[in-house]
Amino acid sequence: MLIVRLLFKNAFRHKFRAFLTVLSITIAILAFVMLRTVIGAWYAGVDASSASRLVSRNAVSIIFPLPLSYKDRIQQIDGVHLVSYGNWFGGIYIDEKNFFANFAVEPKTYLDLYLEYVLAPKERDAFLKDRKAFAAGKKLAAKYGWKIGDSVTLRGTIYPGNWDFVLRAVYWGKTDSVDETQFFFHWNYLNETLKKTAPSRADQVGFYMIGVDNPDISSAVTAAIDKSFKNSWAETLTETEKAFQQGFIAMSGAIINAIEIVSFVVIFIMLAVVANTMAMTTRERIGEYAILKTLGFGGWAIGSLIAGESVIISLCGYICGVVLSFPAAAGFKQALGMYFPIFKVESASLVMALVSSLIVAILAAVVPIHRAIGIRIADGLRRIG
Amino acid sequence: MDEKPIIVDVEHVKKTYRRGQYIIPVLEDITLCIREGQFMALMGPSGSGKSTLLNLIAGIDRVDSGAIRVGGVDITTLSETDLAVWRATHVGFIFQFYNLIPVLTAYENVELPLHLTHLSPRERRQHAEMALQVVNLSDRMDHYPAQLSGGEQQRVAIARALITDPTILVADEPTGDLDRRSAEDVLNLMARLNEESQKTIIMVTHDPRAAQRAQTLRHLEKGVLTDADCQAPV
Repeated sequence: MLIVRLLFKNAFRHKFRAFLTVLSITIAILAFVMLRTVIGAWYAGVDASSASRLVSRNAVSIIFPLPLSYKDRIQQIDGVHLVSYGNWFGGIYIDEKNFFANFAVEPKTYLDLYLEYVLAPKERDAFLKDRKAFAAGKKLAAKYGWKIGDSVTLRGTIYPGNWDFVLRAVYWGKTDSVDETQFFFHWNYLNETLKKTAPSRADQVGFYMIGVDNPDISSAVTAAIDKSFKNSWAETLTETEKAFQQGFIAMSGAIINAIEIVSFVVIFIMLAVVANTMAMTTRERIGEYAILKTLGFGGWAIGSLIAGESVIISLCGYICGVVLSFPAAAGFKQALGMYFPIFKVESASLVMALVSSLIVAILAAVVPIHRAIGIRIADGLRRIG
Repeated sequence: MDEKPIIVDVEHVKKTYRRGQYIIPVLEDITLCIREGQFMALMGPSGSGKSTLLNLIAGIDRVDSGAIRVGGVDITTLSETDLAVWRATHVGFIFQFYNLIPVLTAYENVELPLHLTHLSPRERRQHAEMALQVVNLSDRMDHYPAQLSGGEQQRVAIARALITDPTILVADEPTGDLDRRSAEDVLNLMARLNEESQKTIIMVTHDPRAAQRAQTLRHLEKGVLTDADCQAPV
């Protein structure tokens, strides 16, 4: 018990220095957790994707469409139980800064395929019946104060013109990982308008979403779909929804790598701060360690005292950093929720931060321990007085 | 008068220090024996090697050659780990600057060496309280070193040195940092421990008054003992 008390007393003997060190670790842990959370948010779509859904798009690039006529042929392939389709609409609400994902989808099959989007039955019916209807995620509707029945106009970028919609349904996610900031409306509304304004762009879809009977047959179905359209003028590239999402993330792979590197640089900075504190502390206390050695305390005991002190300081910083990371994540989500709809501190990030803190604490203590254990008692005692 | 057995036997000890490229001889062929229950003072000018000899006897420094037997154990042959265990059991240290741990109370400082023993917390408490009682500091046990006078701190250091009931007590200038009255108190305490508890004490001092309290006085000059190698207590 006395040794534990000595550990804590030593750790906070220089209160201001301990405060500054803990503050530095707190900031480092906070930055680390936030950066890991940003990376996690990037992969949120991947995590939320279903193993029993496939996405088929033009093999050349996602910006090229596929004919609507593919739907029936895909539907006939063994193992496919449901096919939906859609287009990225890319509309702007009032101002470009009001970014949110908006799609034109075939509503009935889409909702049957994406069961994680939960709609009240009455709103679902109203949404399906009204060709100009749109459904919005709970968070999106709350952000702009939309109520059922409200009219919303999006300015088309890919499909020029002003597009008027009526909010008929607000969905919420079945789980926390479901994005509640999406906007989707009837594909037919888009298609019929295009038939009048740009007939050459009508009857084309951006992607097919395909439900398979069993995730185990996904690869067979994928191959069968792509084989069906081989050598056609619009060949398909079909992949699991997860792979499709990862493909999007890969486009911003350099940014994610940079964030990842920065998150570990932060840990390295933390190591430098703790190591500096422990080096100063040990240098000042070398006489005391000599006394302890004189009294018969061995290298193990002295090493434990130094490592323990380093661990206490690091853990204090870790706890403060973790406690602060939750309100920080909430603030971050409020400010950038449109870009990162799923932004929550993952327990894996906290564990990673904890392990990093402990590794930093031990590494920071290695040189001071070596110094304290290695010093001759007579030399250490000479430093006193 | 019956001669008591020899407890410390220093035999042809040599010690040098390396300072850069220079090798400085400190002790040259020292032979010395101390008998059980003896209170011996070592005097000599600065740099004569008194503290080095004390450190060697106490097992906190290593000889270049020669042997040192304490209670029959040749400590020059012990490994660092074994030497640490030996020190914890056989040697009590009293330093000029007390060398208490500043963040621990007087009681905790005294109790500290007992954490290397197998005593229970209750037994440790009893021993520490008794040691503080011996040095007449029972009422100051919860005070930190900074809250004690120099004399009181040295008495706490003596209590810490006594707590494991060591074979020998070594004191390096125990009164060097004290005023005359505090120094007198500390010397009285050491003399009492020697007379009543038959503690073997080896004290390095510059102070002739302190040296007078010892039963035996030895002189070191330039690393050489100027008196006879081994002599009976006065």
